[in-house]
Amino acid sequence: MGRKLHAEAPDPRRNLTSPDVSLILIDKLARRYVMGSETVHALRGVDLRIERGEYAAIMGPSGSGKSTLMNLIGCLDTPSSGTYRLNGIDVGEMDDNELADIRNREIGFVFQTFNLLARSTALHNVELPLIYAGVSFDERRDRAVEALEHVGLSDRMRHKPNELSGGQRQRVAIARALVTRPSIILADEPTGNLDSKTGHEILALFDELSTKGNTIIVVTHEEDVARRARRIIRILDGLVESDEQAKVQEQPAMTRV
Amino acid sequence: MRFLSELREGLGIAWNAILANKLRSVLTTLGIVIGIVTVTLMGTAIAGFRASFLTAIAAFGTDVFHVQRFSWFFESEQDWRDASKRQQITFVQVEELARQLTLSESVAPVAQIGLSVGYADRNSSGVQVLGSTDQYLKTSGSVIARGRFFSGAESSGGRPVCVIGANVASNLFQTLPPLGEAIRVGDKPFSVVGVLEKQGGAFGDMGADDIVIIPLEQFRYQFWSNPDLNVQVKVGSLERMDEAKEELRGVFRRIRGVRPSEADDFSINQQDQFLDAFNRVLAIIGSVGLFITGLSLFVGGIGIMNIMFVSVTERTREIGIRKAIGAKRRAILAQFLTEAAVICLIGGLMGLAISFPISLALQSRLGGAMPLSVVALAILVSLVTGLASGFFPAWRAARMDPVEALRSE
Repeated sequence: MGRKLHAEAPDPRRNLTSPDVSLILIDKLARRYVMGSETVHALRGVDLRIERGEYAAIMGPSGSGKSTLMNLIGCLDTPSSGTYRLNGIDVGEMDDNELADIRNREIGFVFQTFNLLARSTALHNVELPLIYAGVSFDERRDRAVEALEHVGLSDRMRHKPNELSGGQRQRVAIARALVTRPSIILADEPTGNLDSKTGHEILALFDELSTKGNTIIVVTHEEDVARRARRIIRILDGLVESDEQAKVQEQPAMTRV
Repeated sequence: MRFLSELREGLGIAWNAILANKLRSVLTTLGIVIGIVTVTLMGTAIAGFRASFLTAIAAFGTDVFHVQRFSWFFESEQDWRDASKRQQITFVQVEELARQLTLSESVAPVAQIGLSVGYADRNSSGVQVLGSTDQYLKTSGSVIARGRFFSGAESSGGRPVCVIGANVASNLFQTLPPLGEAIRVGDKPFSVVGVLEKQGGAFGDMGADDIVIIPLEQFRYQFWSNPDLNVQVKVGSLERMDEAKEELRGVFRRIRGVRPSEADDFSINQQDQFLDAFNRVLAIIGSVGLFITGLSLFVGGIGIMNIMFVSVTERTREIGIRKAIGAKRRAILAQFLTEAAVICLIGGLMGLAISFPISLALQSRLGGAMPLSVVALAILVSLVTGLASGFFPAWRAARMDPVEALRSE
């Protein structure tokens, strides 16, 4: 496990906002869905502040609203009311295309089901966000290769997802999330589809990314996954139930060599 | 740069999608293939028809006026009734006209009658016998293949000589040499002094090669003493056409005694009129033909639209992934438009691969192989069909909500 992890801090171009502005500043965030004649209140007014470099876990049972919160933080969805400032910019007012741009530059998604393009090679999957960012071919290739090397897949670049193991697929997804050097790595049950050994390897990778300064938010319902984070935010019935900072000493450091 | 990368990405995706669903792609493409085959063959037929018509009409000569009692085209029935009351054009008037015209090169009166002709035991009916002067060779633009045209002396002296069309020569003489032989026109003997070159073209079937030309004096003496004459006036220069026409008109009005207040009692026809009328007719035939064949292409386009809707639905999750990592609406739209365009373009090329050899095989019937303009148009049309029929499915894909799309199986 002696991989050298290259985990860059967010792109300096993006430090337009002064460092004292929180990375994520959420104020009375609510999200309602209208389903037929019924209105479902998925989030009822969440306040949350997350700073750069934090490693936070969002926990909650199914139906608690944690997925809705993740969709909002990931700019996949817009709130019904309340504000969400990402790097000081109000995301709630943005249209579809602006949100796509923000997702491309600021968010790196890691999904439970990996969500790789089945017919494309690992390399192409990792290149994809850079294609949409308009990065030139050569630079794209270099950065994708670099990202795959950093998750330990330099010998699997030409393989398609169905030729890779679950752990390898999730590494490809992590490389895809890292390649744009986003502000946030947003992981939704990243170990949910993996056996526990592979799951631990992925979590160790997150630990390393965190120590290199990346901001990581993991959405999970597994306590031992959440305990890897330094902060656990519990959601229940659309509200923040508790928000606790773990003590630094409790960080399990043994997985790192 | 970004556009090019996205286009490349779109082409890659399209190619993968087509390969992944080979049978489906082939069946869908079939509609476009059939559409392109019918449209290109129709286009080729129209172009061929036009080309052979133009070849044929060139024989009329662009610098020749045809002065006749009747106009070639009537605007109304009333015009025709008025024209039928006009006085015949007589030989004396034509002689006077030839003497007075200064801007035109040659003038030839032409009388015409349908007769049967014969040689030895062979007969040929439905032949047009033209009575004219030696000037006819110049005004008609006919070319002598063998022998000569009759001379001015033979013409004015009314000698029983004749020049025969290519079909008449081959019908009556087959392989025998016709020059110097006497043929029967009606039941009168005429000696063959020349044979015209074959004209062919769209009017080849209509008698341009089934003619016998004899001196007008003989024509009047033997068949019709006071025929209604047509006058061919060759100007000899396209630049003088307008002045020559004005002069012709003024002189002929004077000769025919038309008073200044009265309208012309004759018509000056020219090839342009024919061409205009032909172009109008061809435009109608062409647009109706292309519309009907275009319907099959339209049906093909509907097939593409249908399959693109299926494709979008099947790949909802993929759309969600692409949107999550930053694909804008435009990128998704372009992706599916490219896919539809590629399918149609392949269909168009396959269609051409089928119809081009057919057009070569039917070259004689269609009046020529497929012109390059039709090939280019077919490619363009198949591309446009792809974009048009792919638009709604692609639009639907582009507008998908990423959360919903990611949730789908």
